[in-house]
Amino acid sequence: MNKETAIHAYKARKHALTGIYNAQSGHPGGSLSIADILSVLYFEVMNVDPKNPKMPDRDRFVLSKGHCAPALYGILAEKGFFPASDVATLRQTDSYMQGHPDMKGIPGIDMSTGSLGQGISAANGMALAGKLANKDYRVYTILGDGELEEGQVWEAAMFAAHYKLDNLTAFIDNNGLQIDGNIADVMNSNPIDKKFEAFNWNVITINAHDYDAILDAVNQAKATKGKPTVIIAKSVKGKGVSFMEGQAAWHGAAPKKEQYEQAIAELDAKIAELEA
Amino acid sequence: MAIGDKKATRESYGQALAELGEKYDILVMDADLSKSTKTDTFKKKFPDRFINTGIAEGNMISTAAGIASTGRVVFASSFAMFAAGRAFEQVRNSVAYPKLNVKIGATHAGISVGEDGASHQCLEDIGIMRTIPNMVIINPADHVEAMAAVEAAINYDGPVYLRFGRLAVPQIFDESYKFELGKGVTISEGKDATIVATGLMVPYAIEARELLAKEGIDAGVINIHTIKPIDAELLTEAAKKTGAIVTAEEHNVIGGLGSAVAEVLSETCPVPIKRVGTQDVFGRSGKPYELMELYGLTAENIAKNVKEAIALKK
Repeated sequence: MNKETAIHAYKARKHALTGIYNAQSGHPGGSLSIADILSVLYFEVMNVDPKNPKMPDRDRFVLSKGHCAPALYGILAEKGFFPASDVATLRQTDSYMQGHPDMKGIPGIDMSTGSLGQGISAANGMALAGKLANKDYRVYTILGDGELEEGQVWEAAMFAAHYKLDNLTAFIDNNGLQIDGNIADVMNSNPIDKKFEAFNWNVITINAHDYDAILDAVNQAKATKGKPTVIIAKSVKGKGVSFMEGQAAWHGAAPKKEQYEQAIAELDAKIAELEA
Repeated sequence: MAIGDKKATRESYGQALAELGEKYDILVMDADLSKSTKTDTFKKKFPDRFINTGIAEGNMISTAAGIASTGRVVFASSFAMFAAGRAFEQVRNSVAYPKLNVKIGATHAGISVGEDGASHQCLEDIGIMRTIPNMVIINPADHVEAMAAVEAAINYDGPVYLRFGRLAVPQIFDESYKFELGKGVTISEGKDATIVATGLMVPYAIEARELLAKEGIDAGVINIHTIKPIDAELLTEAAKKTGAIVTAEEHNVIGGLGSAVAEVLSETCPVPIKRVGTQDVFGRSGKPYELMELYGLTAENIAKNVKEAIALKK
């Protein structure tokens, strides 16, 4: 395991929670569950340049579950696209840090998202355009497991396999929870693996918080030709903050002062442990 | 083709794509309707630049957004009902919000779809698209204008909604016609009233002017191909000069050209305005010209409305 990747992930969690706390608005649960995947992508996988965010041949990332923007902003800040103090202004009227990713106003954002189901289609478009132009960049996207209830996801899944988009890797943030409760109770999207297999995707299942497993799965995806890869990442919603873990209530709720302070203390302790 | 020869603007769309495909590195998408939208003309010539998404219009629009984000100009084609209707939210969020270079080629707009009936006769698309920031809307009247509109859309940086019809319509412009995005076209000057028409209603507006002339009424005719951004200056000038306006469109009078004109003139030069179009009703199956008659999309009805608008003056 690359300790730096883990440290960036935990620092990104802090940036995300700080922004959400200051705004008293936002989505902490899913942001915390995808932080480790984002850190591996941005620090060990993707060819991106914070000094040249629109570099034509860069790898691309689409946050299909756009409401988890705080984590993405946190990682982009760690990577140097903008200062972490900007993430602290999340969702404020005078800030460019929009509640959902805005490709026009935020450096490093490759697609504006927020309406579920649309990001994966846009990622397909980028992947197909890359193939048509004989570019070797790769495209990554993260969807929520609740997002799989959107019909467009399956239109896009059919499309990606039909056009053999082996330059596309989709992660499913499989934390098992959506706003109204357990996925299995609200609208059961399981079995996710068998659905994607039936749609002719290469399917890999991993622990979303195991950095080596994330990198290994991405490398397997790169080696897979002729079909897109989906990495079903079994995650813990709220990962890294004890009282948020596994709680649907933290999908879209901001922490109060004591809760925020406790969360930061826990994340700082984890960072100190990693840095030791 | 010559003046008066008939061709559906969807045919012009396919022809324009195939011809302009030589000059521009465009991509064309369709959702299993390429034989009807006429994008198959492009597909036959440039198979490697044609992308069929199958029957999935929302996915097509968001995919087009992803393609456009890489710097390509892409046309996404379907019937107006599905391009503007079903895919509204993908158009709004994936395309218009980030102002991506997606050109939506919406064919089979309006009542003149004919026999397929109300489910396919989109009379709301201009209204739907007009409310989206960053969106440009072009509704060409004939073959010449449609061909020019496609090229103008390619050269415009941002989303464009192009509205085409299924029905063959007469050519009214000759080869010297110059298309300018956002500029209305004065076809005839008038002094008693001005008919502001769009799309296939333009020739009916010209005919209405002739009918009115026989009764000693001098009505001007303006063709508005770009419904958004609309040529407010030309409309205001016409209102000031003639003092009465009649709009004519193959669309619900709510939300379309009539609404757009009323919005402008209520702020710049309030004059009586009558709106010819479908009167907030769904269509039905039938032969296109019989339906046009049934819903009042005729020269006679435009002329009648001009007289009513003139009567409302002062």
